[in-house]
Amino acid sequence: MQPVYDWFREFYERTGINLTFIYDGFDRARMIKGFWLTIELSIITIVLSVLVGVLGAWLQRTRLKPLRAAVDGFVSLFRNTPPLVQIYFFYFGLGFMLPRVLDPSTGSMVPLITNVQWAILSLSLFAGAFNIEIFRSGIEAVPNSMIEAADSLGYTRTQIYWKIVLPLAIRNSLPALGNNLVNLVKTTNLAYAIAVPELMYVSKQIWSDATNVREMMIFLLIAYIVLVQLLVVFLNWLERALKIPGYGQTEGA
Amino acid sequence: MNVIPPPTIIPPTPDAPIVSLRAVFKSFGANNVLQGISLDVAKGETICIIGPSGSGKSTLIRCINALVPIDSGSIQVQGIEVNDPHLDKLSLRRRVGIVFQQYNLFPHKTALENIMMAPITVLKQEKAEVEARARALMKKVRLAGKEDFYPGELSGGQQQRVAIARSLAMRPDVMLFDEVTAALDPETKKEVLVTIQDLAKDGMTCIVVTHEMGFAREVSNHVYLTEHGLIVEHAPPAEFFSNPKDARTREFLSQVL
Repeated sequence: MQPVYDWFREFYERTGINLTFIYDGFDRARMIKGFWLTIELSIITIVLSVLVGVLGAWLQRTRLKPLRAAVDGFVSLFRNTPPLVQIYFFYFGLGFMLPRVLDPSTGSMVPLITNVQWAILSLSLFAGAFNIEIFRSGIEAVPNSMIEAADSLGYTRTQIYWKIVLPLAIRNSLPALGNNLVNLVKTTNLAYAIAVPELMYVSKQIWSDATNVREMMIFLLIAYIVLVQLLVVFLNWLERALKIPGYGQTEGA
Repeated sequence: MNVIPPPTIIPPTPDAPIVSLRAVFKSFGANNVLQGISLDVAKGETICIIGPSGSGKSTLIRCINALVPIDSGSIQVQGIEVNDPHLDKLSLRRRVGIVFQQYNLFPHKTALENIMMAPITVLKQEKAEVEARARALMKKVRLAGKEDFYPGELSGGQQQRVAIARSLAMRPDVMLFDEVTAALDPETKKEVLVTIQDLAKDGMTCIVVTHEMGFAREVSNHVYLTEHGLIVEHAPPAEFFSNPKDARTREFLSQVL
């Protein structure tokens, strides 16, 4: 790889375009870490937010009124407030109320929940609130007659939800879910605000040190395009894989 | 502490009707759909319920398997009182199968899976045994070879026959048919009617809500005409169609025949 690094260093000397995160070992290491952290944040929050969505949409249908009200309250809270405010609230508001614990490896007192964990929690709940609404609309699109048929075959409410309603609702919800997950990947960079060293944060560190703001801005734009495109390709594949022959185009007879 | 009384079960006597309705009332708001329906169905009998649209036919058979709760009266299926707040719905529903006008197959499962799902999920029966039975049922409804097709890939008549097989897989004692051919074209209608006829011949107790007068005349043991939530007239088909006693029956028959 050394010739590549040398080429980019020479490229900088020739053109003034300074891509330190390629040729400089230190910048390269933190960029790779930051990039991976963004991918990790994305994957973990996607999975958790989908779980929040499925569970929330399920709880919305329980007969227990307080539980339904709690889900509605949760959705309102996380849908109607800016995600940055949520991250700050968790990290500075809740985080500082929790006790600190001893880290045996360093011998110092550290927060019970780290900033990365707060970012994961906060972003998962934020996107999860939207997923609840997305799944709800998918569930409502499942014809009542389908539920009646399962009911008449002796299925319990829980069996109807997991075996009939959810598999159809997920398919109904996929396009809207895709939009929300794309948004979620882009929103992971708000973790920057609580010093989570993800893609945005390390880029800021690099441009502060190397004063290559212009280059880093262009790189960031391209990096997010690539990341989101990967997700879009996956979602398209998923939509095709879950496609049911003969379903969705012409309903009924 | 409240002691929950056990569900009412009257042990059936050999010649007791398998389904028995007494003075069943049901209203949706101000709309009185059933205004005192009583009827008996003996084991192995096929009865047809006919009548103008909105006369309460569909509501009537949906009450029998508790899809629609009734306001008052009594419905008994093999000694199980349906109008009982402590009704064990599962024990009722494994005895009573229902087939709907719109088939309502599960679109994300193949024909065979549609038939196998309920016995495995609901009755916890063994998969291999259920599969063998499901394949036999596909043959019975003359759809052998279509096991791996999804509902969306089958014609209306084929879907409806899968729906019948799906109900039969639960080994019910009574089958309810709610205008099952109303959404079908004349050709496919016949396939479905023949399937029901086969069932009736095999001794299945069938309660059929239908507009098919030919079917009512040829297959049923007894015909009921409902209007405004009441049974206007009932008789064996020969008598019902050739010698109707009630003026309303004569008027209805003159419109549909």
